Amino acid sequence: MTNIYSTAAEMASALAAKEISAVDLTKQHLDRIASVDGKLHAFLHVDSEGALAQAEAVDAKRAKGETLSPLAGVPIAVKDILAQKGVPTTAGSKILEGWRPPYDSTVVAKLKAAGVVILGKTNMDEFAMGSSTENSAYGTTQNPWDLTRTPGGSSGGSAAAVASFEAPLAIGTDTGGSIRQPAALTGIVGVKPTYGGVSRYGVIAYSSSLDQVGPFGRTVLDTALLHETIAGHDERDSTSINAPVPQVVAAAKRLDVKGMKIGVIKELSGSGFQAGVSARISESLELLVAAGAEIVEVSCPNFEYALAAYYLIAPSEASSNLARFDSMRYGLRVGDDGSKGAEEVMSATREAGFGKEVKRRIILGTYALSSGYYDAYYGSAQKVRTLVKRDFESAFAKADVLVSPVTPTTAFKIGEKSNDPVAMYLSDIATIPVNMAGIGGMSLPVGLAEEDGLPVGLQIMAPLMQDDRFYRVGGTLEAALLSKWGKPILSNAPDLMVQK
Amino acid sequence: MAAISRDDVAHLAKLARVEMTPDELDHMATELDQILGAVKRVQEVATADIPPTSHPLSMSNIFRDDVVKPSLTNEEALSGAPAKAEERFKVPQILGEE
Repeated sequence: MTNIYSTAAEMASALAAKEISAVDLTKQHLDRIASVDGKLHAFLHVDSEGALAQAEAVDAKRAKGETLSPLAGVPIAVKDILAQKGVPTTAGSKILEGWRPPYDSTVVAKLKAAGVVILGKTNMDEFAMGSSTENSAYGTTQNPWDLTRTPGGSSGGSAAAVASFEAPLAIGTDTGGSIRQPAALTGIVGVKPTYGGVSRYGVIAYSSSLDQVGPFGRTVLDTALLHETIAGHDERDSTSINAPVPQVVAAAKRLDVKGMKIGVIKELSGSGFQAGVSARISESLELLVAAGAEIVEVSCPNFEYALAAYYLIAPSEASSNLARFDSMRYGLRVGDDGSKGAEEVMSATREAGFGKEVKRRIILGTYALSSGYYDAYYGSAQKVRTLVKRDFESAFAKADVLVSPVTPTTAFKIGEKSNDPVAMYLSDIATIPVNMAGIGGMSLPVGLAEEDGLPVGLQIMAPLMQDDRFYRVGGTLEAALLSKWGKPILSNAPDLMVQK
Repeated sequence: MAAISRDDVAHLAKLARVEMTPDELDHMATELDQILGAVKRVQEVATADIPPTSHPLSMSNIFRDDVVKPSLTNEEALSGAPAKAEERFKVPQILGEE
């Protein structure tokens, strides 16, 4: 029977066979949100009316015998950084409270055109700056595995929604790990596509040379189905790649890694990673070897500088991108009593509308770009970016895909790192190099850490525009893990999520 | 010596158009100094012979045909405006008093 615990692929075939209507499936998910989101706070806005209207339209088209997209009628949750016409879009910031975009982002438009039912907008760190959702101006999202822990971030709301069966699929964005890290911490699949693989039009910009939109799902195939739905060239995004979309659905179904070379990155293993994380990664590698893959060790000596470079490049680009929030055309305006000039009103609005981390990054970026410091900071960071790219190039000369843990630890406690920015930044140490080079990466759940029973993610990386490779490896490993465990990883989660 | 002082932060905040309370300035100066201490490591390997990378894809001059397409109506474009008048955005005074 099809219900909220089914995979998106199962939902899609049940819908196509008219065993369930899109309206019924949508109602089941809205009921689930109503019953559990009070504890999780994954959603900032639930659009029941819009979702039901979309579902009715899909059912009507199906009744008429129209040809529909593979995911037509399947519900989804969308990170609140993507503009959706007429629906509140805040990017987790007070400065956009109450804003309803007059247009759709390309990804939202593609979802609507494919009949994917948008349930609502999910919580996130303000402007995607953070790794825990604690920087949201609207409160923190809880991890469905343990409500005292963070689901990761910045796309933590999207990840928590999928892991808790509020939605089978979700959209996130990933600038330094913001899809892969929350996927790892909640036990689901998350993909950062190759830079330029998915349009950024209508996605509120944080760091434009690093930002990328991507899919979340509970299985590799579900994630691939969503990936193909949202990917492709868009003339409204000048950095969008004008080439065929990698065949990720076919790759996810291939279930064969014979002869593939899997590169283990020496610098992203061993000390610095929680023992239970390393144990699950080693076990996964054994399964891949059993499936016919070959393991090779590769070295990426410059990765240790990637984190530092990221925290110069991203704030620099952010300080420029966030200049658009000037209180003149949309969003919050503070102190406009007729006596103050535009610049005073701007400064007062930005003081009131931006949170602490956003201000910190704006000031840091302004500093790194200022004359006298530009070469020493931003310029040096751009050189490190070259070195990181070269490390990947030499590693991919020896291996078809590269692997590492996604995160140094399992989900951390809410509040544990919120007063120590540098410690928080370290949670992205394994994910950042991927964004710097623009390549794609997947986070695949590979089991629970023995010491705390929390999910562990394996990161699988492939060269530019070869996203199908990590779907192939991910799909094969997922099948091997499933036959080993006998049940999906999420069935180990606590009461909140377990099928009654 | 601190890489960044409280006065530096006040100046940067002014440039970035973000008002800050004295308390915020104190905190921010300390935190930024710590962060700069951590990120300046990039200088260890950024030698003169390495070219900078500003973007993952080497693309330039991406053009599309200059064709007029439907866009937002005046009403839609103004729908989020904090203040409007006569079909325009209404903003606080920009130039000094005449």
